[in-house]
Amino acid sequence: MSSRALRQPLGLRLTSNFFLAFWCLVAAFPIFWITVMSFKSPVDAFDGNALNVIFGPATLETGKGISILDILMGIAVLWVTARLATKTLPSMVRTYTKPGQAWFGWIIGGLALVLGFLLALFVVLPAVLNVLNPLFGPLGRDVMGLTTEHYKTVWIDRGFSNNFKNSLIVTAGVVTVSLTVGTLAGYGLARSGSTLAFWILIVALVFRALPHSVLVAGYLPVFINSAEWLRPILGENAPTLYGKPFAVIAVLVAINQPFTIWMLRSFFQNIPAELDEAARVDGCNHFQAFRRVIMPVMWPGVITTGLFSFLLAYNDFLVTSLLLDAQNQTMVPAIAGMFNRETTTTDQVVAVAAAVSITAPLFFLVMIFQRQIVSGLTAGAVKG
Amino acid sequence: MNFRTFAAFVGPSVFMMLLFIAFPLVSVFKQSFYVTQPIYETVEVETCTPGFLTQTCVTEEKSIPKLDEHGEIITQTQFVGLESYRNVLEPERAWRAISEGSWSVLSTINFWKALRFTLTFTLITLPLVIGFGLAIAIVINNAAQAIRGPVIFVSLLPFIITPVIGALSINWLFRGDGILTAMLEWWLNRDIALFAQAWTIELLMMLYRVWHVAPFAAIVFYAGLQTVNQDSLESAVIDGASRWQRLKYIVIPHLMPLIIFVSMIHLMDAYRVFEEIVGFSSQGYVISLQWLTYDFLVPDQAGNRSISRASASAMLTMVGIVILLIAPLRRTWRDHKGGH
Repeated sequence: MSSRALRQPLGLRLTSNFFLAFWCLVAAFPIFWITVMSFKSPVDAFDGNALNVIFGPATLETGKGISILDILMGIAVLWVTARLATKTLPSMVRTYTKPGQAWFGWIIGGLALVLGFLLALFVVLPAVLNVLNPLFGPLGRDVMGLTTEHYKTVWIDRGFSNNFKNSLIVTAGVVTVSLTVGTLAGYGLARSGSTLAFWILIVALVFRALPHSVLVAGYLPVFINSAEWLRPILGENAPTLYGKPFAVIAVLVAINQPFTIWMLRSFFQNIPAELDEAARVDGCNHFQAFRRVIMPVMWPGVITTGLFSFLLAYNDFLVTSLLLDAQNQTMVPAIAGMFNRETTTTDQVVAVAAAVSITAPLFFLVMIFQRQIVSGLTAGAVKG
Repeated sequence: MNFRTFAAFVGPSVFMMLLFIAFPLVSVFKQSFYVTQPIYETVEVETCTPGFLTQTCVTEEKSIPKLDEHGEIITQTQFVGLESYRNVLEPERAWRAISEGSWSVLSTINFWKALRFTLTFTLITLPLVIGFGLAIAIVINNAAQAIRGPVIFVSLLPFIITPVIGALSINWLFRGDGILTAMLEWWLNRDIALFAQAWTIELLMMLYRVWHVAPFAAIVFYAGLQTVNQDSLESAVIDGASRWQRLKYIVIPHLMPLIIFVSMIHLMDAYRVFEEIVGFSSQGYVISLQWLTYDFLVPDQAGNRSISRASASAMLTMVGIVILLIAPLRRTWRDHKGGH
């Protein structure tokens, strides 16, 4: 692009950058806006005037607000977190973990960061600012309405923490099982050029296109009556599969399998076959070669695929809402129920707060794993 | 790699797919021809209410479900042939509506209404996603190196957000006097109710879908743009090609495989449109094929799920997927043949 012949005229550059800015605004605005709404009292949140929504005069009147000092400190915490996530965390993971165990370092590091952030923003900061605000005079006076009461309602009164726990169980199960099964299959498919391997991939592609409701229509009667037909095998205490998280994990793993094996196969094809051939010459069989030679170098691909498995399980609405009972409900179906039932504006804002709570972990995920997500999106595509 | 090792590696995955994808498909196919219902019996019930002198007694015939010794309802499964399909498609009414040329009658039948929306949704969003994706990729590629990272971060947000939540967040911006509706009203100086008629809801759903998928297309195309041959671009400049010609004759042909890839993924996903219906709670106005099956599966007030109708509508949805996939699969098959 350094060539002078390719340099662009000013007008074109301006248009291009203007369009880019416009796109960023469109991409971020809905998410930013529901985040703002979730911190306001209902009157402010659904005000027609944008400034009223941002500054929240009605929220301020009820005595809940933040000062300029609060805002500055909040921004500082956010900035430090972003910096830690994008710069310090990757380098720390690189230094402190062995090559084979980077994923473990990522999980620990990510959890520590999120916990630290929540602690700093919601526990340490309010305590410190309570002391500081009176000392700073006008800077410490409340200027902007802000309340966290809707989050308290969602997480404590509405039992959202239970839904959160269920979501955690389902996603953790799906990611672990799906990666274990998928890695083996992906490796096998990448190293075998047989027609059978080709047909498995093609059938997987067809399965990838199936609407999930088609499959759920097949599971429902079987799962509801499972105690009956499992009795001859498992005896009297045969479980009813309907409503059980482990049944949903199995279903989501299977639904996710076609995508997982396609993606991992393309990653394994990038690892030169000479590597495991060398190991085989030294006397390893296929499994030993896989364990000793391939496993240490496969983690980038596995982490990327794991991210997409996580997204599928975390974002799923259809399967979880039909196959889980109320007690084991995950977050996404729970909020849809909340939104359809509620009519008062307070309930609406509570639903908004729940929506923001669901989105926040994804936000951190993109922040930490941006590079892996981009490489995953392009990995399948670039090779066609 | 010999067959046994291959089977050991691939086995668990294939087993999962057979058990949880292939087997349910077969059982859905079978279910669509059967109906499971409780067995009803007619009994005479005598109800007496205390009255003066004697009780007043009324005998009436009631049909109640039969119970077995555990007190559970006995059900019976019956082969009904194409009955469930007929219930979903309602061919007589549909045919009459078509021969009269009256669209409004046809759209009272849920299946045809859902099919109409699913197809328009898929076909309208496809070019928009490709177009916006390409535009965003080109402007990101055009931007200074330093801001590309943050821009990609912001672009990923709509793609990564939970679909139901994404649809809801757009919904909140427009519903009632949502902030964007208020802005539109102020700009056009008239009252706007975006959720009072079907076509505006459909428009918002398409808007949401393009917002949600364009980042994916953009990032795939952006990766493709990195590998465009700079030499052929420069020689095009020397030959006097304009910017537009360079884009049309060098960049787009280079990206063609990626455009086909993104279109295929988008066709598969848009045909399954479902979360939008939930997020916009639009079932009163607009429904999609997958939502139709979902609705049959959700228990009604009496707690019954119409499994066999759901199976029939699921099989009909599958027909669409098969038609959609024939072309790409034939191409893959030809490539595979050619590769050997």
